[in-house]
Amino acid sequence: MAGEATEGGGLEFHPLDQFEVHRLFGEGPIDWYTITNVTMWMAIAVVCIVLMLVIGTRKRAVVPNRMQSIAETLYGFVYTMVEDVTGKDGIKFFPYIFTLFIFILISNLLGLLPMSFTTTSHIAVTAVLAFAVFFTVTIIGFVKNGAAFLGLFWVSSAPLALRPILAVIEVISYFVRPVSHSIRLAGNLMAGHAVLKVFAGFAQVGLLVAPIAILGVVAIYALEVLVSAIQAYVFTILTCVYLKDALHPSH
Amino acid sequence: MADTPAGAEAGGAGMPQLDFSTFPNQIFWLVVTLLVIYFILSRVALPRIGAVLAERQGTITNDIAAAEELKQRALEAEAAYDQALLDARSEAGKIVADAKADIQSDLDVQMQKADAEIAAQTAESEKAIGEINAGAADAVKAVAKDTAKEIIAAFGGKADAKTVTAAVTARMKG
Repeated sequence: MAGEATEGGGLEFHPLDQFEVHRLFGEGPIDWYTITNVTMWMAIAVVCIVLMLVIGTRKRAVVPNRMQSIAETLYGFVYTMVEDVTGKDGIKFFPYIFTLFIFILISNLLGLLPMSFTTTSHIAVTAVLAFAVFFTVTIIGFVKNGAAFLGLFWVSSAPLALRPILAVIEVISYFVRPVSHSIRLAGNLMAGHAVLKVFAGFAQVGLLVAPIAILGVVAIYALEVLVSAIQAYVFTILTCVYLKDALHPSH
Repeated sequence: MADTPAGAEAGGAGMPQLDFSTFPNQIFWLVVTLLVIYFILSRVALPRIGAVLAERQGTITNDIAAAEELKQRALEAEAAYDQALLDARSEAGKIVADAKADIQSDLDVQMQKADAEIAAQTAESEKAIGEINAGAADAVKAVAKDTAKEIIAAFGGKADAKTVTAAVTARMKG
């Protein structure tokens, strides 16, 4: 994914080109239904998920092979997380949370392939994910607890005088959640990929700089693999925490 | 993608992330993707994996139970073996004791018989010895009387038979 060659002697970096959405076929404007690179990479993610979780487990072996073992590990990992954080009544949201987790994880990792497009580096995508969580959690909170859900903002353990102030802070923090939730994910991935691209751009500079730049690419790539997994984990566990607030709003 | 001019339709060199014209497209395809993943996972993948995990847990539990049972059986077999050994030992002891008692009773009977025989023979012998003793005493008496008569006669006396007999008897008693 090296940057474009130097033109006219000067270096030209286009670290943000990789994030561009474009049509796969033909020319023209991008409508909501247009098949773009977003469509393609999301489809690839779906294919990967199907390969891993459906095809990989089709033997239903008691002693698992490699792919089934990975699928089971992911399942166990998310299942334990949901159970530990939200409690037993959170288990029925497990498919929903697992969907988010696996989509983010696979998209993040696919984004690390050279020449690929990282769907989760786009704020449009992460914002939809985050707002989906936000609205789900808010609706569940009100449906399950009724008006008692508002007790989430009324810190009953604090001194009475402080409670209104705390309530304001709690309300603000509650509504900031989807923003931080989505920008954290998109920001991490975008920054990492842009830095990778900048380092790759320096790799064409000269004999002195290129080795350092290439080492840098390797190092940052390793870091990005870590970040991909961690961001998927963070997004998921925060979803679980928000869900727990909705199911058990008392502090 | 390198051929596309940077942000040509994205409004200059801005971030493609903030190009709102692509938002409907991304959101639409994201929703489609999420729905597809959700349905595949909730209908096929997750129940299957859950079933496999539950089955494995069941298999492990069953195997452990089976192993436990086999162990129990082995212990029982060992106990039975020990018991059999113990029984055999006590049986053997009993047989030995029986045999000993048999032999002892036989021996006792034989001993009694032998004792009785010995006692009978002893009594017979004693009787014979008594007879011989008595015979001998009478003979000595007669001899002593005769001898005494002869001696008195030799000294020129006249032997009174009655006196001699009394003297001899007194002497023999002493």
